[in-house]
Amino acid sequence: MLTKYNKKVNIPNIIIYIILLLIVFTSLFPVINTIAISFSNSSKASAGVVTIYPIGFNLDSYKKILQETMFFNAFWISVKRVVLVTAMSFIITVLAAYPLSKEKKEFRSRDIYMWILVFTMMFGPGLIPSFLNIKDLHLLGSLWALVLPNLVGQFLIILVVNFFRSLPKELDDSSSIDGAGPWQKLFKIYLPLAIPILATITLFIIVGQWNAFFDGLIYMNKTSQYPLQTYIQQMVITIDPLKFLAQGGDISKIGATVSNRTLNAAKLVVTMVPVLVIYPYLQKYFVKGIMLGSVKE
Amino acid sequence: MLLPAMIFLVIFTIKPLLGSVLAFKKLNPVKGIWGSEWVGLYNFKVIFDIPNIDRILYNTVFIAVMKIIAQLIIPLAFALILNEVRKLWFKRFVQTVVYLPYFLSWVILAGIFRDIFAMDGVINKISGTIFGTEPVMFLGSNLVFPFLMVGTETWKNFGFNAIIYLAALTNISPNLYEACDIDGGNRWKQLLHITMPGIKITIVLLATLSLQSVLNAGFEQILNFYNPLVYESGDILDTYIYRMGLQNNQFEMATALGLVKSAVGFILILIAQKLAGKFAGYRIF
Repeated sequence: MLTKYNKKVNIPNIIIYIILLLIVFTSLFPVINTIAISFSNSSKASAGVVTIYPIGFNLDSYKKILQETMFFNAFWISVKRVVLVTAMSFIITVLAAYPLSKEKKEFRSRDIYMWILVFTMMFGPGLIPSFLNIKDLHLLGSLWALVLPNLVGQFLIILVVNFFRSLPKELDDSSSIDGAGPWQKLFKIYLPLAIPILATITLFIIVGQWNAFFDGLIYMNKTSQYPLQTYIQQMVITIDPLKFLAQGGDISKIGATVSNRTLNAAKLVVTMVPVLVIYPYLQKYFVKGIMLGSVKE
Repeated sequence: MLLPAMIFLVIFTIKPLLGSVLAFKKLNPVKGIWGSEWVGLYNFKVIFDIPNIDRILYNTVFIAVMKIIAQLIIPLAFALILNEVRKLWFKRFVQTVVYLPYFLSWVILAGIFRDIFAMDGVINKISGTIFGTEPVMFLGSNLVFPFLMVGTETWKNFGFNAIIYLAALTNISPNLYEACDIDGGNRWKQLLHITMPGIKITIVLLATLSLQSVLNAGFEQILNFYNPLVYESGDILDTYIYRMGLQNNQFEMATALGLVKSAVGFILILIAQKLAGKFAGYRIF
């Protein structure tokens, strides 16, 4: 039976493996290509002949990055932002999720708060009112403009609420009998049990903050205040048509050629590194967390 | 315990949400939003006079709907193919690789793809060498640009979007496949009569929920990819609001347009959630 089954499906199997290997290649090619370019000889890279391995291997572009203080300045701003938001948002999320996970009879206004969270998640403030708000608070140009508006993640709170609610009620009841108050219950019972979901939301926050560029673009005034992604966006990607024309560029070539190819590639690679470093954890907890969060009582 | 969350929510979300009344006012820079003069629906009338508004709306919905369709089908196809693999290590390897792009920012990916799709980029080089084609300016072509957006977004997210399908697939009882085997059903029959019915509800749920992104064509992606040459095919509501509001300082009009978009988006979410609850028993909390 088994051999017959194997024989019958042999050819489809090979096709399946080939398709999947092609998919794997497609997923990796852009990243590998960029890494290869960053280590390549500059003229070979400009000619567009570098594919998946460096041609004329050298470290010149990385040596150049080391001399760019602006790049490291932006890197450092991003690090500060990630650390501040992650620490503060984690505490806020956990503290908010605990009371919201209670039944309505224990916490009477629970549903009102829950609806506020859901409503603001679905109907967010517009771009201009948000910008004017930050301006009114005199936060333009300040690191706090990148931190404070990002502290409440409604979706993250709901994920943790759903997880807390999936824990057996008996745990809560028996610790009440033992005389534990809400704080003790949260820190001694709920949090230790919630480690997978907490790891998930922490990684959510870290990746989200590291990758954010738009708030840096609109809330910061100078390049020296930009977080890394905004800096990259401005330096590597954006082509200002007017500046381009003023420098004698041909307007029809916008988006057609990339100057400084190896240096730009190296900057992109360095910007990717933090995500690549935590990627094994991301993979493990994201998948788990996505499933945990969708657990409903 | 809720206090910190509520304080920050009020200052940075609810206050600017109320600030949307700017859509009905003329901004007085000295007095701010609250002290500005009411102008009724004037700003909304201005919206209809925007020369390309129908084009922008069309681009938004076209790109968004194409993305929705691609992101329902491709992850499903991928999950079904991966599900046929029996070797666990190979399955893990594939999953590890395809989830990666999901975690990279659009800034980085735009940097990478702009390079790959450039006139002197690797794609043009390879197709020129193999097929002898002339270099194509992919990112400057109105014909290609929307599809490039759909393609790169699907490329970024398909692995991650497949997680839900893969989870649904593992919930199908292996007994059903064994029974089908004994009855002489081949792989194709198994796919049609066991696998597809087993994940039908997941497909319906995801399709329904995706209704809510009909107006979201992908702001961060397009902002990083587009340029004046492809405004005709790539300018969407969000990018237009950004350029009018913060680059041309037309605060009131941009607020009004943003408010219309948020309101319609909110109604779409409500409809999608309602339908999802009806078809698949889904609820958000």
